Amino acid sequence: MLRLPRLQYLRPRSIDEASELAASNPAAAFIAGGTDLVPNLKRRQFDVSALISLNGLDGLAAMDGDAKRGLTIGSGATLDELAQHPALAGAYRALAQACGLVSTPQVRYMGTLGGNLLVDPRCNYYNQTYSWRKAVGFCMKKDGDICLVARSSPRCWAVSSSDSAPVAVALDAEIALHGVQGRRRVAAAAFYQDDGIDYTNKRRDEVITALHLPSVGKLTSAYWKLRRRPSFDFPILGVAIALAWDDGAIRSARGALGAVGSHPVEITAYLAPLQGQRPDDDLIAQVADAADKPSRPLDNTDLNHYWRKRMTKVYIERALREACGLEPMAGRLSAQVAR
Amino acid sequence: MADEFAIVGKSLTKPDAFAKVSGQTKFADDLALPRMVYGRILRSPHPHARILSVDTARARALPGVLAVLTGDDLPIKFGILPVSQDEEALAREKVRYVGDPIAAVAASDEWIADEALDLIEVEFKELPYYMSIEDAIAGGAEPIHGRSNVHKAVALEFGDTEAAIEAAAYRREDLVFFEGNTHLPMEQHAAVAQYGADGKLTLWTSSQTPHYVHRALGKVLELPMSRIRVIATPNGGGFGGKSDIFSHELVAAKLAIVTGRPVKITLTREEVFYAHRGRHPVLMKVRTGFSADGRITGMQFQSFLDGGGYGSYGVATTYYTGALQATTYSIPRYRFEGVRLFTNKPPCGPKRGHGTPQPRFALEIHLDKAAEALGLDPVEIRRRNLVVPDSRTVNWLRITSCGLEECISKVVEGSRFLERRRQMPLGRGLGFAVSSYLTGAGTAIYWNDMPHSEVQLKLDRNGGVALFCGAIDIGQGSDHILAAIVAEVLGVELEDIQLTTADTDLTPIDLGSYSSRVTFMAGNAAKAAAENVRERLFRVAAAALHCDSDDLVARGRRIFRRTRPEEGLSVAQAIQLAEAENGVVTGTGSYTPPRLAGPYKGSGVGPSPAYSYSAAVVEVDCDAKTGEVRVPEVWIAHDIGRAINPVLVEGQVEGSVYMALGEALMEEQSFRLGLHKFPSLLEYKSPTALEAPVMHTYLVETIDREGPFGAKEAGQGPLLPVIPAVANAVYNALGVRIDEVPITPDKVLKALHDKQKRVGPTSVPAFQFPPLIKSDVPDEWRGK
Repeated sequence: MLRLPRLQYLRPRSIDEASELAASNPAAAFIAGGTDLVPNLKRRQFDVSALISLNGLDGLAAMDGDAKRGLTIGSGATLDELAQHPALAGAYRALAQACGLVSTPQVRYMGTLGGNLLVDPRCNYYNQTYSWRKAVGFCMKKDGDICLVARSSPRCWAVSSSDSAPVAVALDAEIALHGVQGRRRVAAAAFYQDDGIDYTNKRRDEVITALHLPSVGKLTSAYWKLRRRPSFDFPILGVAIALAWDDGAIRSARGALGAVGSHPVEITAYLAPLQGQRPDDDLIAQVADAADKPSRPLDNTDLNHYWRKRMTKVYIERALREACGLEPMAGRLSAQVAR
Repeated sequence: MADEFAIVGKSLTKPDAFAKVSGQTKFADDLALPRMVYGRILRSPHPHARILSVDTARARALPGVLAVLTGDDLPIKFGILPVSQDEEALAREKVRYVGDPIAAVAASDEWIADEALDLIEVEFKELPYYMSIEDAIAGGAEPIHGRSNVHKAVALEFGDTEAAIEAAAYRREDLVFFEGNTHLPMEQHAAVAQYGADGKLTLWTSSQTPHYVHRALGKVLELPMSRIRVIATPNGGGFGGKSDIFSHELVAAKLAIVTGRPVKITLTREEVFYAHRGRHPVLMKVRTGFSADGRITGMQFQSFLDGGGYGSYGVATTYYTGALQATTYSIPRYRFEGVRLFTNKPPCGPKRGHGTPQPRFALEIHLDKAAEALGLDPVEIRRRNLVVPDSRTVNWLRITSCGLEECISKVVEGSRFLERRRQMPLGRGLGFAVSSYLTGAGTAIYWNDMPHSEVQLKLDRNGGVALFCGAIDIGQGSDHILAAIVAEVLGVELEDIQLTTADTDLTPIDLGSYSSRVTFMAGNAAKAAAENVRERLFRVAAAALHCDSDDLVARGRRIFRRTRPEEGLSVAQAIQLAEAENGVVTGTGSYTPPRLAGPYKGSGVGPSPAYSYSAAVVEVDCDAKTGEVRVPEVWIAHDIGRAINPVLVEGQVEGSVYMALGEALMEEQSFRLGLHKFPSLLEYKSPTALEAPVMHTYLVETIDREGPFGAKEAGQGPLLPVIPAVANAVYNALGVRIDEVPITPDKVLKALHDKQKRVGPTSVPAFQFPPLIKSDVPDEWRGK
């Protein structure tokens, strides 16, 4: 069978110590649930000789607040807990949906919010064994110097494959980080970078400690995920929508797409026509029809990328309709075609 | 009827069930022998290349490495079929697919073994490579084997098809493609080899065919077979993928001999994709003439098989793509042309249905289209063409029992197919198809006159029965079937039977768990062995009871008089009497299929002592904006002959449905840059439990006159009708024809926007088939 590399397993007693261990040990990686990390290690996708456990550390599992005051979710919360947490049943529902759609029940019992926010961007030239990657010719994300998806590209096009990341962007959440230089909070939209290798601005020694969801008034949210099977699969498209309401009219709309770029792709600007409107079938369809513009899937995930591009409009419409309390499948782009 | 049998026909728990669910079963990879070391195999990174040199010096020098092998250590070629001895345990001159084995190491642990592989330096000269049927036919400077990429081409004709089709009231031709897919067993292949101080080699292996592995080991290692013992370990899924001889089995054996240490090789999941032997991609053209009332007048069928890098079972597969068209429908004139091409992909071989799901897919779509053109419903056109029991097909296949008509009625009525298919809202649809399959191949893989299955029984004086048989249970429940048959005949309980199976030192021959043969053939052998020994028990019992042995019945661990049931003795007492009279109480039985081959070259593939029949209705729910297809419900009926254990049969039927849905909707062997695109369980998409539909399973019993208690096969046949039924249902739902599998959402969407409302092949490559071998038609077809 595929074996893990020989590893040292470090168990810090505090977040401070975890950061210090990371700072002093350049070949170390943090591990929480390990559901993304371990299979990647077996395929030698990282050169790691030590793992720093974040499990059982104080301050990573707390949940505090509500939609009125804002909600702080410790990064160690498991995806399964969040999928069914009452605090995420209302305004922040998209986050519960996204967590509940990650992989399998077994992975959701182990996987954490922090780990999902940091899912290593995926590519079907990269998430392969060492010998497969050697046979095809290594890519720049590991052991090589070109991008096999776009050979003339100077950058890596691995795909942001987190379900929670686009939701964090759509909900205008902030990510709390703790490193040897102190603590900081950064808006989710600014945390992610459009690069398959340097996909966040997290420093090596920084631990994500929490996700802060802002206080909101009347807010609805929805997350739609496209994948081949209703279990196991990473997203090949994610649509996260958050709508703030005033008296039945949309005050502001935010949105982000997952798995169509190397970072969550914000579509908030394309949702602007919804502002001040009481949405109906036509308006939603019009907005969705235009909002797929920044979706640029490449041929490096499951299924045909032209099809994934075409699905973007359909899924934006469905997510918007759901957030508006309308039957998601009945929209103009989604209605069944005439025979 | 309830009392006709004590055990046969009852849904009892199979003997290995508790060990499996409680984790006690020892699979090959669970074996750990003292001083055992680990083998790993270096595989080709190129789809087609000449090996210029292999330098193993650095690997040998690595501490912890015990041995390094290259092709020159195992130079004798082998292959599962005598006509295709084209494989090497480790490639010597050329590699023919990414994953082709080149060298192997034995090391004290897997980390060192992996490191050693990376230290082996191989110099290649890369060659142009062929990744499709079209590329292979077009050819190039260096073919994959020999002088051409054509592995096997066949052309058979039974009567004048051209005249029969030309004279028909309605003719149609369809082109259909079936993409390749793989078995995806849960258990990866594994083998452990030990070479004893006595000069004897033992190989424990996850195999469906230990007898053939035994033969190949003898050949390649140049050891007498008497010094080799092959034990097939409990099998975590085969589906045809473990019925070949594999490099890692030969390599583990050689490494054990060279190192003097037990050696284990467990393939990684990626390597299982390279070992493959899965479903051949097949491009097909079918042309048929119909009378105005929908009766087939003649058929011409062409198939182009993408075989991958080696022969494997491919010659048989090629014939199978043309063999079973006529076992469901009366086809008065029939022509089959088939060609298998070598390509630079992992070798294809037998997967559940071996070479017949592809033509069945084509045929059932073709008939659906013909029905519509002729104004018939999909059920009626099939009913008008059904074969009848106790008949012979135009290509000389003998049909005995046939419950196809009843299978059709079950699913059509169960699903209310005829009413509901016209009332479905857009996006919902029902599809229908039928099929048949072999109950064991009528001929052995290597030519011989000996039995195909043998069973030996040894009765214990306390009433226990030791059963020895070469058959290996691959999850289908063959252990239960053997035990149930023997227990039924001897009147003992299932728990009285001790099974020893698939151990070439201890068990008599069974050719293997392939071609759906074990229940029928090993079952008949077991029945014969048990009847043989029962005769002896009845003789001593009759003497003790002062009655005629014809008056005796064995049941409930007793042998008693049918006419006076209170007069009897226990089975144990009867055994003791027999043992006192004549020593150890043993019995043997064997089964040799009748000679069924027709009078033409190529007639060895297709004949079977009995055919199973299946019919399916599939309901689909399609999203017309995304092209996604879901299957909420399936109705499937299967003519099993007799269900020796109904719950096992239902398990096989439902497992077949599930596997078929994977092939219909998502599974495919995809390649890019010469490599398998995603050799992993996550990215090779196969359905999960969440996609399993509601299944309505109907067992139809036709009590086959040659099957053990009338039984036929269940392991493969029920897969066949489901795949075309999905395609036919998509047409019913959306009005689009997807004439290829898998039916992925992008294809459905493309077809919805296509003028012809179709996605599928539009041509077949120009290829000169060999001259037709023109066979006589059987008497009953003359003049028809």
